[in-house]
Amino acid sequence: MSATLPPGFDPILLANAKAKGKRPWFFADPDVERVMAIAMAIAMEHAVTRQRLDALERVLERKGLMSREELDAFAPGPEAEAERTRWMKGYIARVLRIIQQEAEAARPERRDLDRSMPEIMEELRHS
Amino acid sequence: MTAREHPPSWSHVGRHAMFPEATHDDVARFDFLANLNGYLSAAMLPRVREAWESRVKPRFEREHGRPPADRHEVRKAIAGDPVYQTWSALRRTSMEMRQQVGRALVLHQLPELIEKARAANDGASTLRLDPSITPPRYADAVDIHCMPGGYHGAICDDDVSNGANYDAGIFATTGGMLGRYNDGGGRALAQWLRETRPDFRPRRILDIGCTVGHNIVPVALAYPDAEVIAVDTAAPMLRYGHARARALGATNITFVQANGESLPWPDGHFDLITTAMFWHETSNRAMPRILAEIHRLLAPGGLTVHLEQPQYHGMDPYEQFIRDWDAYNNNEPFWSEMHDYDLKAKMTEAGFDPATYFETKMRGVVDRAIFPEAGGGSEDYGRAPMWTAFGASK
Repeated sequence: MSATLPPGFDPILLANAKAKGKRPWFFADPDVERVMAIAMAIAMEHAVTRQRLDALERVLERKGLMSREELDAFAPGPEAEAERTRWMKGYIARVLRIIQQEAEAARPERRDLDRSMPEIMEELRHS
Repeated sequence: MTAREHPPSWSHVGRHAMFPEATHDDVARFDFLANLNGYLSAAMLPRVREAWESRVKPRFEREHGRPPADRHEVRKAIAGDPVYQTWSALRRTSMEMRQQVGRALVLHQLPELIEKARAANDGASTLRLDPSITPPRYADAVDIHCMPGGYHGAICDDDVSNGANYDAGIFATTGGMLGRYNDGGGRALAQWLRETRPDFRPRRILDIGCTVGHNIVPVALAYPDAEVIAVDTAAPMLRYGHARARALGATNITFVQANGESLPWPDGHFDLITTAMFWHETSNRAMPRILAEIHRLLAPGGLTVHLEQPQYHGMDPYEQFIRDWDAYNNNEPFWSEMHDYDLKAKMTEAGFDPATYFETKMRGVVDRAIFPEAGGGSEDYGRAPMWTAFGASK
């Protein structure tokens, strides 16, 4: 007889269950702590990816398919370099999207980017 | 950087037959957490102390005209300090992440784990569960050390998930300091008994609050002819613990669901009664009741010995405050109260002769399989924890 799991058993959500007992929040602004907790989870997953890549490199090296010296000495050709640079640029922009958007809206000539919904609603109600 | 700042990879954890299967990424997550904890204690905790010494304590002294009288004043004074806040927020988050990682590991293979436990448990006379045993308030008021569901929580029939999660996570949380099988406490106890009482041959041994039995297994293996009873109120822990003990070859332990405040054995039934890291998870009323049960159950000439975190007596308020952090921030609600107790008085009130009371330091046994460089002799390079052991004879 195999184990009978409860209906709707979702290991992903259950893994995240909260422990009984009020959580202490240490920073004056809980938003800071909330973002920090998310950033730490991402830091962990980044470390997992880095470790997996390292394992992959070592397995490939053990099988004689490449050496890590070769990887460190890797020099992309001009086309590959351009592709890699484009990717890096896009990556940085994706990470810093919120800062870019805030800065755009702060420019005096782009006040239109930051008009509030109630303000526009009011305008449309009369136009 | 000292070796202590590099905890061993979780890949060295002892994988007995009941242990959950782990992938590369599960190992990497535990390794991240062990190293994060290492960073928090080695790199950040000294800065918290500096913040205390250099700015928080002087401000307190200016305002009050005296140093802080106790750990509670330290706690309140330091709560607004940014270095303390950051260290605490990261530490709390790390604890929560450790639970998430352990639960994710275990819940994704829950049916397989239940099957493995059933294969070892079904029909075994060495596992005695009693559904009439309810979780005591002190084990149910909060989920102790932030383990969702606590010791008693069960998702389905025959659940062992929290036992498996508990067993899987200790190695990461302690940086391997308790050895591959998280049994450093039990191994220390067995070694201490062998060294200090070489002629002691207990026929019956009782361990109270055994959880997954990680600390009673080494004692049971040290006394293979003894009949060992391990009790806990939590069935998920006992199911997992029984299968785990079998997998590790400890076949002389019977796991019994029972409450230490009222145990179903006659007076003088046991020669040795132990607990490990147990008292700080009980309560003010339960503790004397359990001690009285121990006194009742112990045979004349018997010995009781208990491993605990150090008591606070003689520590300065800051040291007490730091040791108290878990009480407030890692769901250990009796920890603070218990570590203030006069244990000798508690044992005496329970009926023990104070002349037989002892209190000693007990050092964990270094697991050479994961710390081969620790070498021999008394030097452990910080690889072994230090506990308080206390007890008495009857």
